[in-house]
Amino acid sequence: MTKGRPLTALASFRPGRLPTAKKVGQQGFNHVLAILICLVMYAPVHLVVVNSLKDRTDARSMSIQRPTTLHWDNYSTVIEQANLEQAFLNSVLYASSSTVLSTILAAMAAYVMSRNKTPLNRFLYFFIIMGIAMPINFFTLTKVMQITHLINTQIGIIVLYAATQLPFNTFIIYGFVESLPRELDEAAIVDGAGPLRLYFKVIFPLLTPVLVTAALLSFLDIWNNFIFPLYYLNDSSKWPMPLAVYNFFGQFESYWNLVSADIVLTILPVIAVYLLGQRFIVSGMTAGSVKG
Amino acid sequence: MLHNKVYPFYFVLGTLILYMVFFVIPAVMGLGYAFTDWNRYSTDVNYVGLDNFKTLTSSGNNYIHYARNTFTFTTATIVLKTALGLAFALLLHNGVRHLRSLYRLIIFLPAVLPMVVVGIIFKSVLNPRRGLLNEFLRAVGLDAWTQQWLTDPDLALTSIVGVDTWKGAGYIMVILLAGLQTIPTEYYEAAQIDGANALARLRHLTLPLLRPALIVATVLNILYGLKIFDTVYVLTNGGPGYSTEVLYTAIFKEFSKGRYGVGTALSSLLFFVMVFIGYFVIRLMEQGRTND
Repeated sequence: MTKGRPLTALASFRPGRLPTAKKVGQQGFNHVLAILICLVMYAPVHLVVVNSLKDRTDARSMSIQRPTTLHWDNYSTVIEQANLEQAFLNSVLYASSSTVLSTILAAMAAYVMSRNKTPLNRFLYFFIIMGIAMPINFFTLTKVMQITHLINTQIGIIVLYAATQLPFNTFIIYGFVESLPRELDEAAIVDGAGPLRLYFKVIFPLLTPVLVTAALLSFLDIWNNFIFPLYYLNDSSKWPMPLAVYNFFGQFESYWNLVSADIVLTILPVIAVYLLGQRFIVSGMTAGSVKG
Repeated sequence: MLHNKVYPFYFVLGTLILYMVFFVIPAVMGLGYAFTDWNRYSTDVNYVGLDNFKTLTSSGNNYIHYARNTFTFTTATIVLKTALGLAFALLLHNGVRHLRSLYRLIIFLPAVLPMVVVGIIFKSVLNPRRGLLNEFLRAVGLDAWTQQWLTDPDLALTSIVGVDTWKGAGYIMVILLAGLQTIPTEYYEAAQIDGANALARLRHLTLPLLRPALIVATVLNILYGLKIFDTVYVLTNGGPGYSTEVLYTAIFKEFSKGRYGVGTALSSLLFFVMVFIGYFVIRLMEQGRTND
C-alpha cells in the first residue's frame, strides 16, 4: 500500500485539477469543527476554573469572563469550610486501597481461571463477569452490610468498592493472561517453582500493563463514585470528595466562587490521573468495549 | 490433576467470596424479600404475596411513569451519543491529519469527570437567568430560544438527556475510533477505485464493519441508562413534580422512606432485566475478544 501513495501524490499535481487546494480547505474546515467540539467539551471545566478565582459577587453570574483580581484565598477558605482535607484523605484511602485489593484479587482469579479451564472454572468466570451487568440491590445489601458489621465503616466501604470492581477487572485481566505463552509456566515449573513463586515471580510482573489499566479505571471509578457513600456512610467525617462537594453545594449554593474552588479540587486528581494514564485508560475502556 | 496443583483454586477464592457476599447473596435475598412487607419501622417481616408488585403496577403510584422516563432517557441518550460519537470518530479518523490525539484527549475529558460535579456545573450553566447557555443565546440574538431548562416540566428530562450526552458522547467516540482503526485502509482504496463516493463508502463499508463496536456501545448504553441515578439526582432530583423521576431515584426515595419491601421488589425486577441483557453483553464481549 505504501507503494501506491507516491503515485496518488503525483496524480494530484495534474494541471487543471486542484485537489490539493480543495483538500487543504477541507482539512481547515475539519479542524475548525474539531476545535469547536473541543471548546464545548472544555467550556464547563473552564467555567469553574475562572470562577474559582473570583470574589463572591463576580462569581454570582458564573460568567466565562476572566476574574479582575485573582482570589486564591477561595481555595484555603473552602478547604477549611468544607472540611476538604478530611474528604480528600478519605477519597485517597478508599480509591487506593480498594483499587489495590480489587486488582490483586482479580488478577489471581483471572490467572487461574484462564490457565486451568476446568468446567467449574469456565462456569465461575462467566458467573463472575455477569457482575458487569448485574445491578446492586441496595436494600438487601444494607442487610448484608449490617450482618457483617461493615455498614458506616471505612473498611466496609473499601471492601464494597473493591467488590464492585472485581467483575470488570477479572474480565480484562483474563483476556491478557490468554496472550501470555504457557511455555513460561512450564519452564518455571521445571525449575522447581511452586504455584506461588510461579505466579508472583513470573506471571505477576508480566501482567503489569493490564494491571495498570485495571487499576487506573478502578481508581477513577471509585474516586468519582457518589451512590455508595450516599447509601452506606451516614457519618460526614467518612465522606469522600464527591459527597463532600455535593453537601457543600447544598449549603453554600450562592457562593459560586467557593463551590467552583471545591469542584476544581475534586476534579484535579481525576484530570491528573487521566492525563498521565490516558493511553492505558483508553485501551481498557475499549477492551471488549466495556465500562459504562 | 497437575493443573490443579500449579493453578490452585484458592487463587479464585478471594474474588469469588467478595462477589458472592456483595453481589449474589443480596440479589438472591432480594427475590425473597420482594414478597414481604419489610420496612425500617418494624422488626417483623411478613409474607404479603404479590402486594409489592401490585403497588408497582397500580396507577395510583407513579412507577409506570418512572419506568417510562427511564426508557425515554435511555433511548434518547443512545441515539444522541451514538450519532455524535460516530460523527466525532469519523471526523477525527478521516477528517484531520494532525492533532488527532489532542482532540481525542479533550473530547473524552467529560467522560472521566465525576457525575456529581458535572451536575453541579450544569445547574449553573442551565440557570435561566444567569446561566451560561441562556447568556450565550441572548448574546447571539436568539433570545427566543432561551428556556427554563431544568424547571419547565416539559423540558427538564430533555435537558438531563443533553447533559448526559455531553458527558458520554466522547466515550462512544473512543469505542468507535478503536473500531475504525481495525478497518484496513485497502478497503477504502478499493472502494474509491470502484467509484464509491463518501456516502456510499460510509453506508456500505464503514457502518457494516463497525457493527460489532456499535452493538457493544449500544448494549453498554442500555445498561448505563437503566441504572441512571447521579445525573437526575443532582440536576432535578426527579422534579419538577415527578416529571424527571427515574427508577433509581425512585429506589433511593423508597430507601429513604424505609419502604424496603417495595424497593426490593423493584430492584429484583431490574435484576432480571439487566442479567438478561448482561448475558448478551458478555457473549458479545467474549466474541469481540476472540475476533481481535
